[in-house]
Amino acid sequence: MNDRTWLFVNARLADPAAGTLAFEDLLVVDGRVVARGAAARTHAAAAGARTLDAQGAVLAPGLVDVHVHLREPGQEDKETIATGTAAAVAGGFTSVACMPNTSPALDEPGRVRWVLERAAQAGLARVHVIAAITPGLAGERLSDMAALVEAGAVAFSDDGRPVMHGGLMRHALEYARDLGVPIVTHAEDLTLRGDGTMNEGAVASRLGLSGIPNACEVTAVARDLELAALTGARLHVAHVSTAGAVDALRRARARGVPASGETAPHYVALTDVACDGYETNAKMNPPLRAEADRAAVIAGLADGTLTILATDHAPHTPQEKEREFAAAPFGIVGLETALGVTLTHLAHAGRMPLPAVLAAWTVAPRTLLGLPDPLVPGAEADLVLIDPERAWTVDRDRFRSKGRNTPFQGHALKGRALGTWVAGRRVFELLAEPDAPAAAALPTITTGGTR
Amino acid sequence: MNAARRDLLDLETLPIAEMTRLLEGARAFQRVLAAPGRKKPVLAGTAVANVFYEASTRTRVSFEWAARRVGAEAVSFAATGSSVGKGESLLDTVWTLESMGLDLVVLRHASSGAAHFLARHLEASVVNAGDGTHEHPTQGLLDARTLLDPWGSLAGRRIAIVGDVKHSRVARSATWAFTKLGAHVVLCGPTALLPAAAAEALGDPAGRVSVTASLAEAVEGADAVMALRLQTERMESSNLPSPADFTRRYRLTRKRLAGAKPDALVLHPGPMNRGVEIASHVADSPRSVIRAQVANGVAVRMAVLCWCRGLDPVEAAS
Repeated sequence: MNDRTWLFVNARLADPAAGTLAFEDLLVVDGRVVARGAAARTHAAAAGARTLDAQGAVLAPGLVDVHVHLREPGQEDKETIATGTAAAVAGGFTSVACMPNTSPALDEPGRVRWVLERAAQAGLARVHVIAAITPGLAGERLSDMAALVEAGAVAFSDDGRPVMHGGLMRHALEYARDLGVPIVTHAEDLTLRGDGTMNEGAVASRLGLSGIPNACEVTAVARDLELAALTGARLHVAHVSTAGAVDALRRARARGVPASGETAPHYVALTDVACDGYETNAKMNPPLRAEADRAAVIAGLADGTLTILATDHAPHTPQEKEREFAAAPFGIVGLETALGVTLTHLAHAGRMPLPAVLAAWTVAPRTLLGLPDPLVPGAEADLVLIDPERAWTVDRDRFRSKGRNTPFQGHALKGRALGTWVAGRRVFELLAEPDAPAAAALPTITTGGTR
Repeated sequence: MNAARRDLLDLETLPIAEMTRLLEGARAFQRVLAAPGRKKPVLAGTAVANVFYEASTRTRVSFEWAARRVGAEAVSFAATGSSVGKGESLLDTVWTLESMGLDLVVLRHASSGAAHFLARHLEASVVNAGDGTHEHPTQGLLDARTLLDPWGSLAGRRIAIVGDVKHSRVARSATWAFTKLGAHVVLCGPTALLPAAAAEALGDPAGRVSVTASLAEAVEGADAVMALRLQTERMESSNLPSPADFTRRYRLTRKRLAGAKPDALVLHPGPMNRGVEIASHVADSPRSVIRAQVANGVAVRMAVLCWCRGLDPVEAAS
């Protein structure tokens, strides 16, 4: 028996690719999915599998976050690859894609390989590198994209800074198409953002804070959708926050433009009212928008315009965030609240069925990054066990992330990861946490097999 | 901590009853200032720091003077050219001052919400003397006091605030003060210098705020008109074609005030750019109450300092 051989019983197996959620056993041997259903139990004894009684919890493909900032190299006081991936597995994520706005930026093959090696050493979530479109994210010329893909980059983005030069973006898309990887666009017109620090509207005007209009995002999304249509390249729109951008993406997809879009849990759950009191933990870019935008983002998720949920996990130190509003940096953490926030505000709120929410965290992100489906026999078993009904309260002092910058502190959520497996190895277990609730409420583990 | 400690951070959230008491207190302190001795040392032993991260003459001097008139000891701290230039944060700077035993911090800062931020972290009372483009509550109170003196009440009055409303903390505080006292406020300026959704942002439930880009419309039937300074230091380059372009359409002149009530008053928070937002003949005319505004500032701030230290401002002045 080894620590990567498991028989999951009494689990509601979520197969978002197939759109199913039903009681089904699953057998993992030596880190790979071997059998599902009745066949799983048949082969379990021979394999010497440990049996995990899920007691009706949901077993799903591990969640994938296509948008995180791991801050390493260069900003290790905010986060490291080790702490970021620890946060990821605690949130139910088995894979994360990290953005290249580190210091230095991930714009050279050696840096891509270095991140991948560090992630392997950490041994928690898988890390996939999104490399910089332009060296230093300066927006001046293209990175050596082919070499970066050879080094392991799975996509390109200048996230945190838009590629303002349309001609440069066009060529980036053309090279990305040739290389078979997507471009993830941080769609923002910096000239429309100006010195804006939060959503433009009544709240900003009352607080005397400079506003960021919706047009700042919508015009940039419109440009990049046209460039995707022009080039035929695979475009992915990061952190969609506005009704206008959802609408533009919906129309583009309807006419066959190869584009997808993501939104983040905070755009689903919050509006710019959260900035009241100069709350810097509600300051991010794009900013929390108006209620009409929140509703449009949810509608976009529900109708399949936005196929991906992603956190835009952006840790900062307390001293950076504990500032005057305008002086505090943009960004919030999200890995450890993402599942709870989206299950609470989408599934439990009746806006999307549970399998659809899980698909936005699993199937569509894997398709974007070209990752295999863990539930296919032979695939490496990246799995998460979820109790969708588990009520808990966000306590940022218990985060594995170094970041404490969450707008959800103290929020009551419903739904949490109980355990996370990467290639069959259990890398997170809520039971083992010091703050774990009574063990009786958790799935029990028995040792199966004959030896 | 003094249980009775209060902060004056904004007029938006200041209850009307408290605001009214402060204005009554200011009136009482006007009489103190007019009487021989001109002093009421009710805050003897209280240490006040005027911490100014932005250049200011009238507000800083007015606070200093007000502190002395109520017997407090005041130190002024111009944060330009101090350790702030060496990278010390706002919070560390004021903690340093608080460690020296300050009871009350008067803060002016370029960042909206700076006073709220300090108030969350300090034991001392905090008075907002202007935070970015948010509020300047003592200015709003002195504007209200200046209109109450001749009018007695603001109920039913129509007051136009003209100019760079977007970047004006004076406009926000004055709007809250005037509307809470029953006036209707018309915010007027070029659209590029008006806050987004301004009426919704600053309007009270009674809808006592309206917005227009037309000066004639704003001035029509007004009981008072306040001109605002162009805050070019806070603007993006495209906010304004040129000061001359603004002057062409919005400078307050006698002719442009023709639509206002015959006895309409003219206010300006200062510092004035004569000939830009206001014509000299208007600023110096009998209808101008600009000098009264400055004089009332001291009385208002005396009342505010007492109130922050837990005293009833009317009783403190009597």
